[in-house]
Amino acid sequence: MTAKKLGLKQRYAHMTRGLDWETTYQPMDKVFPYDQFEGIKIKDWSAWEDPFRLTMDAYWKFQAEKERKLYAVLDAFAQNNGQASVSDGRYINTLKLFLTGVSPLEYQAHRGFAFTGRHLRGAGPRVAAQMQSLDELRHVQTQIHTISQYNKYFDGLSEFPHMHDRVWYLSVPKSFFDDARAAGPFEFMIAIGFAFEYVLTNLLFVPFMSGAAYNGDMSTVTFGFSAQSDESRHMTLGIEVIKFLLEQHPDNLPIVQKWVDKWFWRGFRVLGLVAMMMDYMLPKKVMSWKEAWEIYFTEGGGSLFQDLARYGIKVPKYADVATEAAEHISHQNWAVFYQYTHAAGFHTWMPDREHLDWLSEKYPNTFDKYYRPRWEMWAQAEKEGKRFYNMALPQLCQVCQIPMAYTEPGDPTTICFRETQFKGETYHFCSDGCKDIFDDEPEKYAQSWLPVHQIFQGNCGGPTVPDVLNWYRMNNGADNMDYAGSPDEKLWNEWHAKAAEAAG
Amino acid sequence: MAQIASLTLYHNDDARPIIEAILADNPGVRVMNLPGCVKLDSDGPLVINRASVEERLGRTWDPQEMHLVIISMAGHLDEDDDQFTVSWRH
Repeated sequence: MTAKKLGLKQRYAHMTRGLDWETTYQPMDKVFPYDQFEGIKIKDWSAWEDPFRLTMDAYWKFQAEKERKLYAVLDAFAQNNGQASVSDGRYINTLKLFLTGVSPLEYQAHRGFAFTGRHLRGAGPRVAAQMQSLDELRHVQTQIHTISQYNKYFDGLSEFPHMHDRVWYLSVPKSFFDDARAAGPFEFMIAIGFAFEYVLTNLLFVPFMSGAAYNGDMSTVTFGFSAQSDESRHMTLGIEVIKFLLEQHPDNLPIVQKWVDKWFWRGFRVLGLVAMMMDYMLPKKVMSWKEAWEIYFTEGGGSLFQDLARYGIKVPKYADVATEAAEHISHQNWAVFYQYTHAAGFHTWMPDREHLDWLSEKYPNTFDKYYRPRWEMWAQAEKEGKRFYNMALPQLCQVCQIPMAYTEPGDPTTICFRETQFKGETYHFCSDGCKDIFDDEPEKYAQSWLPVHQIFQGNCGGPTVPDVLNWYRMNNGADNMDYAGSPDEKLWNEWHAKAAEAAG
Repeated sequence: MAQIASLTLYHNDDARPIIEAILADNPGVRVMNLPGCVKLDSDGPLVINRASVEERLGRTWDPQEMHLVIISMAGHLDEDDDQFTVSWRH
């Protein structure tokens, strides 16, 4: 009689448990030096449960299958000149924002999870963090590979890692991850694993990738959803880590709540770039930022925080402010990039009539009252040859590093300013959320590398706009400025004139 | 407010039998079609039964093949050799 086959749960237990050991050459506290200073108390690492019971052999099998499918699509896309078949030449600007702003974060996540996997002393979370580290490396590689096809034809893509480390608005996502990676391993897990992957990642990837699908970008939607299939695993890791910490010791609750509040707000600020992409940069729109916020934060986040209430976790502080800001944030961000188009690594434009009407319909409470008149005024100025450029360098928030362009909660005609004193200096913030984060760790945020301060200190290539663009490796007249009149637009129109001619 | 369990899957041939099995086995599931993907929402647990998927697929199916078609989820996951469930229950 043959033995009965083991079930998945038993198989998983046999393949993953009992593989670690107590070190003897060195004390465990020296081998794992970083898992205590944050104040988190762990009584029993073996209580860690992996919701996806994925063993390493199954992991390789499924990941290889995903890669085969993805690369078949990428080959087909390149062979069929897929870049010429997207909805409109403007669409490429979403890829520029993604490659310069998001893909380098995948690499930061790879390094962050490698570090965390090394420094948590439980075998369960170590294995999960190691898999996620490998996933993140796969994501950055497949994104670079996919978008390289566009780089053969369009501007603004070729210097993405150089730009990520220097350009003013790219310091927003970069500093977000620098902040998480400069924290301890438990804060990193709550910051990236829980707050970013679980609470906010849907708002980044689902609209971006569904937008790619809707705009005819077969290759981007494929890498995006291929990456998202890993994200589901990352999301379960994020929710597992918060449950684990809260079940281990009651003293962990206030620490975890503080991190949830902080990283919700940090993530919300970074996602303002996605809000702008959805409402302004996709030629064919999937849904508005406000609609996405309702589905993924109000509804999805609502379910989650109702569940976590049994541990005493509350909805993140200022979630109500973020929800109110969903009416404004995309418009206020687009206004910043329109004014600073000469220093942006992608093209800008004023919405046409059809697009304005769509925005009026999606934002009935705010668009016609606060934003449409401004867009119409700027469009009129363009017609008269007086296109508006803002040549003053903006003041930046010390924490999120975004120009101070956001308005007071409940008062969309007054810019929100906050400040605090630390060691005889005044520091400025865009919001109460960012000010609270600074006040809790002023020594950390007083050291922020703020792009505008750095320009004034003479660390960015010189005092004039062309000097700074040169230091960014931004090709003046090609990578920046409006879409109208750009080399991208010229190329796109040539392709389509030829296609129309061929069609007779 | 109801706690919504949710699965977002590819909208392709690999996922279609799974989507059909979910709709057959979980009455009241709400379907949201987005370009390239489908979001399925439920006020109760969302269960995928191996047997239901196999019946539609015409071959054996391992619930871990979910890794090839899943895009996003909300709820706690429980999986074994016969089913894959997301829910907010404990």
